[in-house]
Amino acid sequence: MEHKHIVREFDEELKKLDNLIAELGGLAERQLADAVDSLIRRDADRAQEIAAADKRLDELEREIDELGIDIMIRRQPMASDLRIVIAALKTSSILERIGDYAKNIAKRTIALSQMPAIGSVRSVQRMADRAQTQIKVALDAYLHRDVELAKDVRNRDQEIDSMHTSLFRELLTYMMEDPRNITACTHLLFISKNLERIGDHATTIAENLMFLIHGTIPDDPRPKNDAAHYTVVDKNDVVSTASHIAENEETQ
Amino acid sequence: MPIETSIEPHACAPETPNVTKSTFVARDVDVFYGDKQALFGIDLDVPASGVTSLIGPSGCGKSTFLRCLNRMNDTIDGCQVSGKILLDGDDIYDNQVDVVYLRARVGMVFQKPNPFPKSIYDNVAYGPRIHGIASSKSELDDMVKHSLEKAGLWDEVVDRLDQPGTGLSGGQQQRLCIARAIAVQPEVILMDEPCSALDPIATARIEDLMGELREQFTIVIVTHSMQQAARVSQRTAFFHLGELIEVGATSDIFTNPVEQRTQDYITGRIG
Repeated sequence: MEHKHIVREFDEELKKLDNLIAELGGLAERQLADAVDSLIRRDADRAQEIAAADKRLDELEREIDELGIDIMIRRQPMASDLRIVIAALKTSSILERIGDYAKNIAKRTIALSQMPAIGSVRSVQRMADRAQTQIKVALDAYLHRDVELAKDVRNRDQEIDSMHTSLFRELLTYMMEDPRNITACTHLLFISKNLERIGDHATTIAENLMFLIHGTIPDDPRPKNDAAHYTVVDKNDVVSTASHIAENEETQ
Repeated sequence: MPIETSIEPHACAPETPNVTKSTFVARDVDVFYGDKQALFGIDLDVPASGVTSLIGPSGCGKSTFLRCLNRMNDTIDGCQVSGKILLDGDDIYDNQVDVVYLRARVGMVFQKPNPFPKSIYDNVAYGPRIHGIASSKSELDDMVKHSLEKAGLWDEVVDRLDQPGTGLSGGQQQRLCIARAIAVQPEVILMDEPCSALDPIATARIEDLMGELREQFTIVIVTHSMQQAARVSQRTAFFHLGELIEVGATSDIFTNPVEQRTQDYITGRIG
């Protein structure tokens, strides 16, 4: 069990860092859920509100930065305290980025709501559900200092990667069927990529927690399964993924 | 039987990648002040170059251990040291050891600057004179100049070498003491909280100086400032209640210590 600091205020400041991370993380989760919900409902007004609400996430990130810097200046943290501050600064920047992706989804929703609906939004929703779960579990792991839970997050990112690859292929077929789908499908492709990146960010939060606890991050490469960038359409209009290349891909 | 040392090349910071032998090897060192035991079975190797810092709360034994390294504890009534301390393989507690010669090999700088009540020149020339190191006046002059240059003080005192050392500022006096230690060409310089009586600028000068001196001398420093230990040393040893709790690369000790007691101390927690 971690002992308390002799200077009690220091404990309170570190606790406040965690509270701010929890608040920022909760907002990022909510922004993503709302953005995807507005996408499904084709609700441009709601999407507008969500895009505007991103400002609060930016403010919270700044607040965490200021507190982290303030702790470094006044407490000169060492060992686990230093790692808590570093992990918090890195995690807040990731959560703010997740908020940006949610905002981007909201903006694309405004455009998509003016076009005919495409069936793929359901696949997007499944992917978003998975991404949201990853963020939620990563945040739980972070705030409860649960390394085992963080390992689960790291191992499950490939599910989102696979969903992105399959959505990429699905959207390609829609575009080939009818060029009038291209605009909407392109927006959905970007949304899919945003969700895939959000999954990566959840993994980074999990790794930040591992650093916070152990002082290192795992040596082994992250499990990855994103083969979308090897997907091609051949001369017979058949969509395929060069799986032999994808399997050998260097993981990041 | 030869004593095996435990310093692995990887245990040193990148600045000292070629450290393969130890200057000091301490094994099972116990120290008693009368009936009271101050150190308990200390096993510690000090690498042959770079700075090793000893940290720990007051009364943990770090200064006691430092003073064992040049037998300064001999001067304390009732102090008994047992175990082995080897300097480059020689047992410094052997009956045959000339303690005066040992203290020339292992110089010391104290918490409070303690220049002799003599001129700046004579403070530095004192050691070479009594050890008969210089064979002529010009050689002695060169030694004084070289030592003051090494200690980063020459430019500040060149035009007043005949004035009393006690007339210098605190930081200058401490650098004069370092010059005095260097003048007898030691292998090791021990520093017992050398900056605790100095302001931040004078402290920075001493720390800068340590960065240069560590190329040539083995330096062991006792400090209460963990930030100072982190800044100046490549290896750090943490003492607590007379025991050596943990020793390792400074970067490891201050980012990811192995022992809970180290963690509690350096993060300012109640153990």
